[in-house]
Amino acid sequence: MTTLTRLDAAREALRSACGDVADATPADAVDGVPAALVARPASTAETAEVLRAAAAHQLTVVPRGRGTKLTWGRPPESADLVLDTSRMSQVLDHAAGDLIVDTQAGALLSDVQTTVGSAGQRLALDEPVPGSSVGGMLATNASGPGRVAVGTARDLLIGVTVVRADGVVAKAGGRVVKNVAGYDLGKLVIGSFGTLVVVTEAVFRLHPEPTARGFVTVPFGTAEEASRLVQTVMNAQLVPAAVEVDWRADGAGTFGVLLEGTPAGVEGRTAAAVRLLGTGAEAAGQPPHGWGVPPWDDDAPDGPRPTALKLTCALSGLGPVLGSLRRAATGAGVPVALRGSGGAGVQYATLPGSAPVDAVATVVTQARAVCTEHGGSLVVLDGSPETKAGVDTWGPVPAIDLMRRVKEQFDPERRLAPGRFVGGI
Amino acid sequence: MSGTHGTEKTAGPVLGTSTDTVPPEATSATGTPGDKADAIAAVTRVARAALPANGLITDPTELRTYECDGLAHYRVTPALVVLPETTEQVAAVVRACAEHGVPFVARGSGTGLSGGALPRADGILVVTSRMRAIREVRAADQRAVVEPGVINLDVTRAATPEGYYYAPDPSSQQICSVGGNLAENSGGAHCLKYGFTSNHVLGTDLVTPQGDVVQLGGLAPDAPGYDLLGTVVGSEGTLGIATTAIVRLVRLPEEVRTLLVGFRSTDDAGAATSAIISAGIVPAAIEMMDALAIEAAEAAVHCNYPDGAGAVLVIELDGAAVEVEHEYEQVERLCREHGSFEQRLAIDAAERALIWKGRKSAFAAVGRISPDYIVQDGVIPRTALPEVLRAIADLSSSSGVRVANVFHAGDGNLHPLVLFDGEKEGAGEAAEEVSGAILDLCISHGGSITGEHGVGTDKAAYMPRMFTDEDLDTMQLVRCAFDPDNISNPGKVFPTPRLCGEVPGKRKKPHPLVEAGLADAF
Repeated sequence: MTTLTRLDAAREALRSACGDVADATPADAVDGVPAALVARPASTAETAEVLRAAAAHQLTVVPRGRGTKLTWGRPPESADLVLDTSRMSQVLDHAAGDLIVDTQAGALLSDVQTTVGSAGQRLALDEPVPGSSVGGMLATNASGPGRVAVGTARDLLIGVTVVRADGVVAKAGGRVVKNVAGYDLGKLVIGSFGTLVVVTEAVFRLHPEPTARGFVTVPFGTAEEASRLVQTVMNAQLVPAAVEVDWRADGAGTFGVLLEGTPAGVEGRTAAAVRLLGTGAEAAGQPPHGWGVPPWDDDAPDGPRPTALKLTCALSGLGPVLGSLRRAATGAGVPVALRGSGGAGVQYATLPGSAPVDAVATVVTQARAVCTEHGGSLVVLDGSPETKAGVDTWGPVPAIDLMRRVKEQFDPERRLAPGRFVGGI
Repeated sequence: MSGTHGTEKTAGPVLGTSTDTVPPEATSATGTPGDKADAIAAVTRVARAALPANGLITDPTELRTYECDGLAHYRVTPALVVLPETTEQVAAVVRACAEHGVPFVARGSGTGLSGGALPRADGILVVTSRMRAIREVRAADQRAVVEPGVINLDVTRAATPEGYYYAPDPSSQQICSVGGNLAENSGGAHCLKYGFTSNHVLGTDLVTPQGDVVQLGGLAPDAPGYDLLGTVVGSEGTLGIATTAIVRLVRLPEEVRTLLVGFRSTDDAGAATSAIISAGIVPAAIEMMDALAIEAAEAAVHCNYPDGAGAVLVIELDGAAVEVEHEYEQVERLCREHGSFEQRLAIDAAERALIWKGRKSAFAAVGRISPDYIVQDGVIPRTALPEVLRAIADLSSSSGVRVANVFHAGDGNLHPLVLFDGEKEGAGEAAEEVSGAILDLCISHGGSITGEHGVGTDKAAYMPRMFTDEDLDTMQLVRCAFDPDNISNPGKVFPTPRLCGEVPGKRKKPHPLVEAGLADAF
């Protein structure tokens, strides 16, 4: 069978499975890998039909939410079909009294927030990349400053509906926050970059929206200073909602704390934070510049894609990690800007898209060693095709054999986003 | 140490919902008796070489000490008990089990309430009670590194001098182990605000069912790759044995206020709970006990709860002092507005302890007012609380079976205690019927059959009421990835084992279940 007839047959099968199937355009390419077809199923059942048709025609499938982070991870080996979830955009049920929300995976995170916000509640997940869908946020495990207080998606997702590569629909968890019946597949799906299943529906626990928030910032100049500030705040009685470190390429740093609660409480804690942080500390009602925005978004949009790094470490390793990254970048002759949650031990950094690949590779290798030494890791989330080709993006992954076995069970034919994830998964 | 529960006639044993003393899963499906004995003997030889001399228990009388966990209704004497002291020793035993096809079951302190650590007659029980080192308290990292046999409360004891504590606090926290908590994803009174074990275990060394040691998670969050740790926590020992746990330490709160509030009825107490949550307050805990549970607690520990209360709430607020002050004023007012007739604020640690003593001893206390009881662990959406409590009351009055209610009101996790006298003919069956009906109520209200005790042996049969075959099949794909030979705590959680696909180069003969004629391969 020629390629053309194979594609024609697949298109026909997909069209009987789903009302919205189109030939892909160049804009549908996944991190430079051209797609052939795009299906936009409107329901879990249609998603199942699409995946069954894709399986029957041996198509590789890349799930897509709103496409805001589709270049994160490695480019897939192929992308015959883009499975676009944007028609599954309904926020299905907000049970305010139970502090939960049930939403389709293609819904915009911002729509979910609007819905639950009307009852004075929030899904306590930041949206570092604006325009994200719920499913895309889950697939990439994106997080922001607020993770210090309430954690990440794994701490908030309580139920999930997924469709397997073979088209089987399954649920795990449920609609109650406290629930230990069966395996927690939700956690397995979070951060899996679309390589295990397609998420079609998710249930989250919600939190009350605080009635007041206040920020306290203080400048810093060295990695040691930043680390000392983080330790001071984390060890105090401030109960911070966020503890952020922002270290610009020119070496100027801003340390920021977010306090949330009642007006009187926030006022008192803000004053305490200003006292604690000493000279230069200032209180503000508004977030400082760049709050919650990944540092690579500061760069001009044209030109080659900047390299986006995610560095993690034990809290006490923050000083060494920040210092090593800065030293490695200086040594390699490239500027580095860094921003992230000092309180959670998760930093994002960016190197310019114009930086030579071998310089990026040197920085990655050196900083990764220090992250690893302090119990963490360094991942190249995004970068130009040349950078991704020349750098070990995911780095060493403990338990990779076990992860491969999980992939083999869920997607034995390697049809879901093949090659995008760790170890070639 | 728990685990020695005496005879089945002991007052107040916690019973299961099944009448089977030995569940069918507990006996092996494969091999002849002689083969099994040879396999056990082979594993015993390996264990003897790998473990200290006193690390094996083979004496039949001593083995019986381990025949059940906290759910004493199910009893199976294991073929061998091992008491390893290191990860390497656990791995050596598990490798031998894998090589000889012998099932193994891990056990911490044996306090579980779902029969999750029920041994296998043809298997090895791996008891972690000698792995009790708190290896590191890393206050600067807000982490502790502990061995699985470490007692839950000991983590807090070790961290308190540094100003930290370990948040998950099951009622059994004075005796239960961190490893057992990890396996069960244990909750506790304070998970309303602080979450469950899965939110507090950040890393583990896992001995896989093949006997390999893998590191999952670590000191830092967001390890690259699949979140296998998140799936292992709460998998009830079916994916391997955790031999290290890296746990989160939480800053001791600046202020704690514990409030005991008396209401005329559970309806009033439930309405107050809803009002507090609706006001945007997340207390550290909101616990409810009804009149029967209060009566039992009074008889057992003289906790001096308000006279004539149809229900009490134990409400705890913690955090920054200025915030707690504000929340306290609101809670006090909301309770009054919803019919509380007495409110007591603990003025010191001793009063706080007494309030909690009444609540935390409630299960055992029920033994004072009933010779036997079944404890359930269903969950409902909090807003369904009044309706479900009324339905439970109806069930109770129509069946004549008394039900005491103790529960985590804030998160809708019910612990109905279904009382009966096992000496009376048919009483046990009637209690089980009520107990099962309560679980059905939870499911029909969109809840869960278990909030924190686990599925284990006890509720595996209920899983199909909550999940479809496809759901259970999909969960078991994970099982197949970790444990294709189904030797790690087999028979727990899932009512029917999934046949795992051929693993290349691994298995040369038909699946043992197929060979035994107990299953078909498709």
